[in-house]
Amino acid sequence: MTGGTVRRSGSTARDEPGRFEFAPVAGVLVREWALFRRNWGPTTFAAVVEPIVYLLAFGFGLGSLVGAIGGYDYIEFVGTGIVGMSVLFSSMFPGLIDTYVRRVFRHGYEGMLAAPVDVRELVTAEATWIALKAGTYACAPLIVAMGFGLQPRPAMLLVPLVTLVSAFGFALLGIWLSAVVPSMKTMDYIISGLITPLFLVAGTFFPLDALPSWAQSLAAVNPLYHCVELVRSAAFGLRPAADLGHLAALLAFAAAAWCLAVFQMRRRLID
Amino acid sequence: MPRSDTSPAISLRGVVKRYGPLTAVDGLDLEVPAGIVLGLLGPNGAGKSTTMRMLTAQSRADAGEISVLGYRIPRESKRARAAMGVVPQHDNLDEELTVGENLAVFAHLYRVPRAERPAAVRRALDIAHLADRRDTRTDRLSGGMRRRLLIARGLVHRPRLVLLDEPTVGLDPQIRQELWGLISSLREQGVTVLMSTHYIEEAERLSDEVAVMAKGRVVTRGRPADLVADYAGASVEEFPIRAAGAAATVEAVRSAGFASRRTGATLSVLRAENLPASLRDRLGEGRRRAATLEDVFVTLTGERVE
Ligand SMILES: Nc1ncnc2c1ncn2[C@@H]1O[C@H](COP(=O)(O)OP(=O)(O)OP(=O)(O)O)[C@@H](O)[C@H]1O
Ligand SMILES: [Mg+2]
Repeated sequence: MTGGTVRRSGSTARDEPGRFEFAPVAGVLVREWALFRRNWGPTTFAAVVEPIVYLLAFGFGLGSLVGAIGGYDYIEFVGTGIVGMSVLFSSMFPGLIDTYVRRVFRHGYEGMLAAPVDVRELVTAEATWIALKAGTYACAPLIVAMGFGLQPRPAMLLVPLVTLVSAFGFALLGIWLSAVVPSMKTMDYIISGLITPLFLVAGTFFPLDALPSWAQSLAAVNPLYHCVELVRSAAFGLRPAADLGHLAALLAFAAAAWCLAVFQMRRRLID
Repeated sequence: MPRSDTSPAISLRGVVKRYGPLTAVDGLDLEVPAGIVLGLLGPNGAGKSTTMRMLTAQSRADAGEISVLGYRIPRESKRARAAMGVVPQHDNLDEELTVGENLAVFAHLYRVPRAERPAAVRRALDIAHLADRRDTRTDRLSGGMRRRLLIARGLVHRPRLVLLDEPTVGLDPQIRQELWGLISSLREQGVTVLMSTHYIEEAERLSDEVAVMAKGRVVTRGRPADLVADYAGASVEEFPIRAAGAAATVEAVRSAGFASRRTGATLSVLRAENLPASLRDRLGEGRRRAATLEDVFVTLTGERVE
């Protein structure tokens, strides 16, 4: 039960007890789907409309003052940046808050763990579900930006992939922190102290070269920065070497967040 | 694979569970043969729920050996969990989902094959008497309905072993009767049941054997009738006592070698059929009644709440 690696072998592999299985992941996803079928309206509205409001407000409000940034129209710059913002918000908040509420107030995970479901499968399933939603929603601002003159390109089809991987990582980061915080109230530290800087110091609304060099090096360890860079590459032209670097950073982030989330959730759920 | 049909369904040996300075389970030995109903009795905090949580590996023992259906716990616990149904003491139904969805999700989690899922959900709805509430959200159910749903959820995959942690709390007498019937029919189908309860009558009625737990250990176990005969004799006599002389009376009974317990305004003396005439004179007019498992329970686990 203590092995920590995901092995993506089929279900026909040798039947060893501690194996990571996809059946429990599917089972948890069934639960999420049942819930989503009923709640998709408000969830989708919030996740899609909010970034669009930001896009329009900044795109037009600031865009009329700024004009161009880093060689792009401001609406193009911010349209791609807001994809990142949307990924962050619609994955990290559910990871942090929903997971906390389900674990602490509803005790739902306890019931699941009495069934043949292990903590790492549970965590993987919750993060996958959040990532599927967030990764999809985050593409909406890009589509809206196209309406305002962003040129569609075939490479943009890679954006959902980028948002999915990033959202998976941020969902796991949220799940990990939900199991670290001692109470709901202390989440404010994370929201103001972590999520806000993550969201602003990532080249979302303004380019990083305007920032002091220490802030620029900080941005390099911000997964959202790598996400935004990849979205811009897909939108404005791929730069293979740099892009592979960004992708590697995102994958490393997701892997690290997975380990932390599984470890900490196990500590909270298994005594 | 489970080792064989004759191996015990549950075996705990020298199991210890500590929470910081508190030892919740303290060298517990318990074996539950396959196919029986074992009633687990014990005062609040005796360690019953902790023991059940260790059987599903949701709580990890600090020492000792546990096996369930032949699988070693926690190493092979996932397989054990697949074959066992759990009804926890504290309700953890999914309040955001409907009755039917709760059952369907657990049919998935317990890996009921796709083709059998609708039938499994219908069967569970019947067990819970909630067929007409299938689409009701769980947070709109009454307390007893929730309890019934919780029980049915643990049976959705026809488990070979069922852990019931105080399953009848909050049920009305009719439904409780019915649950008794359900447990008896599980037993007839060869399902092993481990059930904790505070209703001693219930344990007496349903259990092939009961185990009495106190302070994290099993103090005694056996068939209810045998335990009553062993610890309380054939009959119990209740003698009226006054508050003033109570301590002296209890002491007199104790020094004569008899176990007794306070029962409101009376003192119940166990094995009263053997009371010597001298002591009987001192105690006054008694009322004879049959010995019960409750007499055994209170005598063994102590009268005071700790
Ligand atoms: N997670 C925990 N952390 C700390 N102490 C715990 C925890 N779970 C149980 N305990 C303690 O372990 C002891 C045994 O608790 P347990 O719930 O097993 O008792 P029980 O026999 O089920 O009692 P009841 O009849 O009241 O349900 C209690 O003293 C309880 O406070
Ligand atoms: Mg209990």
